[in-house]
Amino acid sequence: MSLRRTLLGAAALIAFATPAVAQDVAITNATVVIGDGSAPIQNGTVVLRGGKVVAAGAGVAVPAGVRTIDAGGKWVTPGLVVAVTDIGLFDVEAVNESNDSDSKSPFNAALDLSPAINPLAQHIAVSRAGGVTRAAVAPIGTGAIFGGQGAIIDLASDGQPITQARAFQYVELGEAGARAAGGSRAAAHAVLRNAFMEARELARRGGGQGADPRLQDAAPERPGDALLTRFDAAALVPVVTGRQPLYVRAERAADIRMALALKADFPALKLVIVGASEGWMVARELAAAGVPVLAKPLNDLPASFEQLAATQSNVGRMAAAGVRVGLGAFGDQPRYAPQYAGNLVSLTRVPGASGLTWGQAFAAISSVPAAILGMDSRFGSLKPGLAGDVVIWDGDPLETTSGAVQVFIDGVEQSLENHQTKLRDRYKVPTEGALPKAYDW
Amino acid sequence: MRARSLIAGAAALALLATPGMAEKKKKEAEPSPAVKAAREFNKDPYPSTYKPYPGEATALVGATVFDGAGGRIDNGTVLFADGKVVAVGGADLAIPANYRRIDAAGKFVTPGIIDIHSHLGDYPSPSVDAHSDGNEATAPTTPDVWAEHSIWPQDPGFSRALANGGITALQILPGSANLVGGRSVTLKNVYARTIQGMKFPGAPYGLKMACGENPKRVYGSKGRMPSTRMGNMAVNRATWIKAKEYKAKRDAGKLESRDLAMESMAGVLDGEILIQNHCYRADEMALVLDMAKEFGYKVTAFHHATEAYKIGDLLKASGTCSAIWADWWGFKMESYDGIPENAGILYKTGACVVIHSDDENGIQRLNQEAAKAQGDARRAGIDIPDAEVIRWLTLNPATAMGIDKQTGSLAAGKMADVVLWNGNPLSVYSRPDKVWVDGALLFDAADRKRRPVSDFELGQVGEGDVK
Repeated sequence: MSLRRTLLGAAALIAFATPAVAQDVAITNATVVIGDGSAPIQNGTVVLRGGKVVAAGAGVAVPAGVRTIDAGGKWVTPGLVVAVTDIGLFDVEAVNESNDSDSKSPFNAALDLSPAINPLAQHIAVSRAGGVTRAAVAPIGTGAIFGGQGAIIDLASDGQPITQARAFQYVELGEAGARAAGGSRAAAHAVLRNAFMEARELARRGGGQGADPRLQDAAPERPGDALLTRFDAAALVPVVTGRQPLYVRAERAADIRMALALKADFPALKLVIVGASEGWMVARELAAAGVPVLAKPLNDLPASFEQLAATQSNVGRMAAAGVRVGLGAFGDQPRYAPQYAGNLVSLTRVPGASGLTWGQAFAAISSVPAAILGMDSRFGSLKPGLAGDVVIWDGDPLETTSGAVQVFIDGVEQSLENHQTKLRDRYKVPTEGALPKAYDW
Repeated sequence: MRARSLIAGAAALALLATPGMAEKKKKEAEPSPAVKAAREFNKDPYPSTYKPYPGEATALVGATVFDGAGGRIDNGTVLFADGKVVAVGGADLAIPANYRRIDAAGKFVTPGIIDIHSHLGDYPSPSVDAHSDGNEATAPTTPDVWAEHSIWPQDPGFSRALANGGITALQILPGSANLVGGRSVTLKNVYARTIQGMKFPGAPYGLKMACGENPKRVYGSKGRMPSTRMGNMAVNRATWIKAKEYKAKRDAGKLESRDLAMESMAGVLDGEILIQNHCYRADEMALVLDMAKEFGYKVTAFHHATEAYKIGDLLKASGTCSAIWADWWGFKMESYDGIPENAGILYKTGACVVIHSDDENGIQRLNQEAAKAQGDARRAGIDIPDAEVIRWLTLNPATAMGIDKQTGSLAAGKMADVVLWNGNPLSVYSRPDKVWVDGALLFDAADRKRRPVSDFELGQVGEGDVK
């Protein structure tokens, strides 16, 4: 009995862990959203082969012999891309034992978040059921201005989430950075500049050059007044040499300007501004510098003294000024991305407000963040050759009443079951039947 | 002043200790000032000074009307004048000559949106330590504190709630650090110089209670009771026992001194103060319902109630509303079983649903939260008409706040708290076009000066901007 149970259990585990194979699929009779900012296409078709998009749009021929899904007018879009979230770093945020997002480590820039990500966390399953297929995971709260190196993940159920480890370095400026650095923005900038100079010096001496720069065996000498640990300095070499983007969390207009000014001294920096509640006030400078923004979409309260100019029109104004803006960093559930994008569309009907067109809004949660992540040749839209990350929705995906009904990642159809759907099914009728609810599964 | 009340307290204690019946009788014949105060105190010492602002007699013509009570009228007409709803009807409703006529074809009309759970003012923006006035976390039960004594009427959040959320009335609660957190207050969403100027006239007080993780964490970490859920219940029961004793003494005319905490608790036992109980887990809610039976009070609403769907039948039987988010979950252990179909399953079970915010951003989008819950219910096979969903934001919260006779639906004689939306409020693409409170136009998307700006924002970069 016990042996049989063990064997059965092992079989179940194997079934769960084995990656499903990408199917060739044609989704027909759909309202197709390419995700590149263009308007939705009626009566469109999307074809996936070998895990990739091969065609999407109107007048696309359905290849013979592939599984066909008649969408019956439903909407088909690329999977949502949520840049800068902390999902996967915890099972339950307030259960400290399960939460890896707040490090008191002696290391900071060197932290590589990819080993901390739990691909089977329910938050990932729930986000997947909400149509989110890729995310950039960054630490939200750390004890230092450097949060460490974020990872780009997929949200598939195969247990292998990493699309790219160490994809970017994350740094807190503004109020949070000032507190972490010892209570002053001046201190945060001193910490930052000193760290960059140490990294540059290390690079000059030949350090920090490998695929994982932290792990270089031959250790060049460093000057005696180094403040950074060796591991942290090596981790910043790709940042100062422009091989790894630097994501700077900043809200206040002046903080964004000071971040842009870093490029004068460290010209190779590839900056991305995260948050940017007052970004509209420096939109022209952002556009001129070619620095993209992952903006909190609907901040409109003076929640802190660094957000006094916050308005929901922030994203629309930045986009109108030519800034590349994706939605992100909103802190709550990634599956809210379409609702936030829809709100930006609603602003186009409010006198005096600035928002986004429908196409722009959808792009701001798909192709734009993918491009900011440097991943627009991998995923984020339904252009041929990109990953088969596709979601079928039962209505306009930005509409609050709509939901995802089928999700494909790399062409593999995903299970949308999770803890929540099982609870829903168990308690559709709350009262017990012939047996306790615990037997209903 | 403080010394005097201490002396009065000491005298009362001395009196209690006196054994002689004759002495006691004599004292009852001539109550001391402290005793008199205990027996004849003013229940409304910080009375509302809110007065409706003037408004025009207005006819909204041609809109889809959701009346808040579950009714829907296509191509409807809504008339209001002198601060009150005059009539609600179809295209055939006669419009008196002196009414300002607003063509609302293609638009939607609802009652003002009501948030039963807000911390605007007691946790205002900017959210700095100096503004943190929502939890008197120094004792596990503080029924003596009143939220209205914490609220900063200049919170910029009130303006966003009005302009983006169409909020016309809201209940401000103390936080959930305590088992009994103190009295709530219901406000009109109209800026005033004083909190008294915002208080909803005639609204009953609520008393905030909390189950679960927060009280046991806050006090357990201070090395005092409660540190467990059983400790939570024990302290609650001890407090109710004291309240029953206090009430019995009061009813017998034997109070010797005032007790602010017990006045709040006894107000609940009298049915004058409504229990608003933060509670996530189904099993804990069921225990609280039995505790309410044990001591003879009613739980008006469970707030957050992420597991309410598991016990919809019990909640229906006790007539307790569930004031819930659409789909928050998983941020703390006791929210791990939250599901987006919570509202839909409760509705299908026949229990009362209220959508709440508990959040200065969420309060700007209660309509969208309700729509999300509607969509998730539909995918689970539970179809809920739009007009019923709107009730979750209007008449249901009004009922659970005890203001349903005054507001919460569009019915003749009720306050003209009205939102004109530029589309269906259950669509993400819709926003308030105009908002009236007691018939006064206090937000107009087309008129940038008809947009409130709190003192805090004057002379700052965000002053008067669209929000």
